[in-house]
Amino acid sequence: MTFNQPTIDYAGLSPLIALVATLCVVIIASIIPRVGRFSVALLTLIGFATTAGLTIWQWGASENLVSNALRIDDIGSMAILIALLAAAGTVLLSLREPAAYTAGHGAYYALLIGSVMGMVVLAQSINLISFFVGLELLSIPLYVLCGAAVRRKESLESGLKYLIVGSLGSATLLYGFALIYGATGSTNFGVIAEELTSAQLASDTLVLAGVAMAVVGIAFKLSLAPFHQWAPDVYEGAPTPITAFMAVATKAVVFVAFARLLEQGLGELSGIWSDALAVLAVISIVIGNVGAIGQRSIKRLLGYSGIAQGGYILVGLVVVSTEGAGAMIFYLAVYALANLAVFAPLVARERESGFGDDVNGIAGIGRTRPWLAWPMTIGVLSMIGLPGTAGFIGKLFLIQAAVDGDYTWLAVVVVIGTVVSLGYYLRLLSAIWMEPQPDAPNTQSPMPVIAGGAPEADASAGGREEVPPGSSRCVLVVGTGVICAAATVLLGIYPEQLIQWATEAGEAITRAVGL
Amino acid sequence: MINLAIWLPAVGGLAACLAPRRAVGWVSFIFGLGALAIAIAMTVGYESGSGLQYLVDEKWLPDLGVGYKVGIDGISVFLVLMAAVVWPAATAWSAIKTPDRPATWYLLLAIGQSGAIGAFCAQDLLLFVLFFDLMLIPFFFLFGAWGKNPDGGLGASAATIKMMVFTLFGSLLMLVAAVATAFISSEGGSPLTFSISAITAQGVRDSSEIWLFSFFALAFLIKMPVFPFHGWMRDTYRSAPLPALALFTAVLSKVGAYGFIRVCLPLFPDATAELQDVMMILAVVSIIYGSVMAFSQDNARLVAGFSSIAQMGFVLLGIFALRADGLDGAVLQMVNHGLVVVPMMLIIAFLAERVRSDDLSKMGGLAFRAPFLAAIFLVVTMAVLALPGSANFVGEFYVLRGAFEVDITLAVIASLGVAMAGFYALRLYQLSMHNREIEADASAEISTGRGAILGALVAVIVALALYPQLILERVDDSAESQIAPAARSAGQTPATEASVGSRP
Repeated sequence: MTFNQPTIDYAGLSPLIALVATLCVVIIASIIPRVGRFSVALLTLIGFATTAGLTIWQWGASENLVSNALRIDDIGSMAILIALLAAAGTVLLSLREPAAYTAGHGAYYALLIGSVMGMVVLAQSINLISFFVGLELLSIPLYVLCGAAVRRKESLESGLKYLIVGSLGSATLLYGFALIYGATGSTNFGVIAEELTSAQLASDTLVLAGVAMAVVGIAFKLSLAPFHQWAPDVYEGAPTPITAFMAVATKAVVFVAFARLLEQGLGELSGIWSDALAVLAVISIVIGNVGAIGQRSIKRLLGYSGIAQGGYILVGLVVVSTEGAGAMIFYLAVYALANLAVFAPLVARERESGFGDDVNGIAGIGRTRPWLAWPMTIGVLSMIGLPGTAGFIGKLFLIQAAVDGDYTWLAVVVVIGTVVSLGYYLRLLSAIWMEPQPDAPNTQSPMPVIAGGAPEADASAGGREEVPPGSSRCVLVVGTGVICAAATVLLGIYPEQLIQWATEAGEAITRAVGL
Repeated sequence: MINLAIWLPAVGGLAACLAPRRAVGWVSFIFGLGALAIAIAMTVGYESGSGLQYLVDEKWLPDLGVGYKVGIDGISVFLVLMAAVVWPAATAWSAIKTPDRPATWYLLLAIGQSGAIGAFCAQDLLLFVLFFDLMLIPFFFLFGAWGKNPDGGLGASAATIKMMVFTLFGSLLMLVAAVATAFISSEGGSPLTFSISAITAQGVRDSSEIWLFSFFALAFLIKMPVFPFHGWMRDTYRSAPLPALALFTAVLSKVGAYGFIRVCLPLFPDATAELQDVMMILAVVSIIYGSVMAFSQDNARLVAGFSSIAQMGFVLLGIFALRADGLDGAVLQMVNHGLVVVPMMLIIAFLAERVRSDDLSKMGGLAFRAPFLAAIFLVVTMAVLALPGSANFVGEFYVLRGAFEVDITLAVIASLGVAMAGFYALRLYQLSMHNREIEADASAEISTGRGAILGALVAVIVALALYPQLILERVDDSAESQIAPAARSAGQTPATEASVGSRP
């Protein structure tokens, strides 16, 4: 009896290995008493930087890993890089975040790293099982992180809501996977694709039901309308840096995984799912844009606008082409930068204005805080897609892909959605530049007790004095916004390199994954 | 050189941010003068009848087929020059009394200039769309943050959001149409390109020409604005800060009209011919509507606003006569209106500042106390009402002559507009300058600095009145080549005998 030792491609797995190592180091470091929060955050950042470096090192690779469970290729790497960018931004924004104090810095950053690990697995998975494992690994730490600000009732509500709806989505997805497996007899995307072709299962009820449920499950995760109801509430309640992370990283990775599942696994059925996705895109664009109008909470507004942006990004999938995939990944990268450029000033204002994330909090900052006002302005302009910012190139790329794929009507829907979105995006800009700064309410409001907890529990939890006051003028927060805004403008003028990477990534998705 | 003409103002705006607070405007102004010098040099160096000049054709986004292609022909050269003349004038006007948040104000103004000049120079369809939107962004902030909240009607920020929604609705649809145009024209297997000359060569002969034309036309009509697409105009004009509004009216509305010439005529000749009647009727309705409304407004800003609707009606009429003489007149009229409306708006700004109201009934009685201002305003008024001898007269004459050859009825109705211009222009002058005296401070005369700015602009107006051939001669070749395909499609001869030498 011989035992064949499986070959393990350590180079291909190196990003994942680096993250696991970082996770261990951060947890251990955080229990050493003399290691402060800055060191923990620094270790996390170093881990992310290493992972990013290793991912870039593996750029251009195109092979299957771990007996066809994962696949390293350009589109996965691109998604991982976007997720790492968002995660690094989140670390910088979280340094003085109350949630990080109440949860403990070690646990907070470890959860974040765990979520990023899930993203790496998900972005590379070409197997239904690893897909699901990756998705859960990314979601579960997020449920906890959303509820990490235990002193705010909204945060706890947000965590719970996300947990329940997220579990529902996961369950639906898993059911769909089970049906697909039942029909094709395999969990591997490559085998599924082959079975669908050779066994002519394209009109098989079992497969179609499975695909429908899987699409619904993923639509829950992506907060595509009409499966979006959780998003505004969760976005509003979660600690703001975590909201930024969810809005950017989750979207990028799940979209890429979605593209992989659909094009590499279920490409045979593209005629069926692309129409369904077109409907989802239209509904998302309409509901997201209409819902965002009239919101006073900026996080809630961004939650709704994220639904609409998801609808735009979905157009890249609807057209089923390399251009579409490239446009999708380009838009995701650009969207990530714009989002961070908006969230960083929001975090800063939330801590200093006393208005929370209300629009009043950013009113008049064009006059008083230009270093916050400009990044936010540029971020919003990029989200609209106005020239001079990377968002314009992103919209152009998407519209080209749509027109090229004979979906010109969908491009028109995108454009009309954008016009509607002016109604709320411009209101943010007008608050920043055209309104006077309102008198601050009492900023020294006492910290509430742990929601639902006894006063004794609150006292024993400590931490009341731990959050340093006046932490708003933090260079790191402002710097994150400024850097992301600068990158947004730069990519609006010289997008060539990013377009090329996105095109390479788009080509990767159409390659058959092999068995 | 052309890159310098486009980007020097924006660079100046950024440089001015570093200047001390009181000097910001003047630094920006000096860069504006630099851009003007370049524009003059380009005009002098322009050789009539040899196509695009100062061409820069660089790859920008080869994967998406977009090139950085800029150049000027006989039509754009004068529009660039006009923009380069009026921009420093408005900049200097606002620099005399340092505005609130000066660095941002001048930076935004400068970006607007770069965007507008870029739009006139763009020879790549997508680059044109990009500049078209780029020039709009700074005006959103300028209007909203420095505007005032008028009594009744929308406040400044609401009005400017309304303006953005209207105009971006048009220009985003235009973006889709531009992409679709490029794809349709490359269907024969040629590589995807947005270069206007390449698309013209490949042709867009397709059933979709009509809707592509409509999307572009919608963007341009909203921008100009032309009746019935002027819904944003009233609120914006009531609240916007006047020096910025003057530039908006003078230059940005011309980019809309210019878009028809640059994009619609050569790319969609069949659709142009087919919709010629519709556009001419819109033009005539705008002329009449704008004139009547301008005559009945009490708000001086709205008089200027509605009169510009009427003027843009003339421009549209000239373009869609699809004859070289009509187009010559339209281009001349675009330049004229730009040069005239800026001093008019600035004078309104001065008057409104004096009586703290835009209401015409509160102004008046200035002619004796401020003779210099009154004289300058009189020249401007005469130009607005197109008195024979003014360049506006020549422009309107050419426009109407072109229109007469195509449709006599419409041309006759349009010529009523010439007479009505006399009504509203004289009424504006009378109510603001003559009339009874009002209680106001003793020194009513305009300050030397502001007088110099107005004087310079009026000198340009007078010079153009004396020698309009300067423009007509150079425009003619380009006008013919732009109009030829559409005219052929409409079954007209593009009137090659357009006798530019004989001045009426």
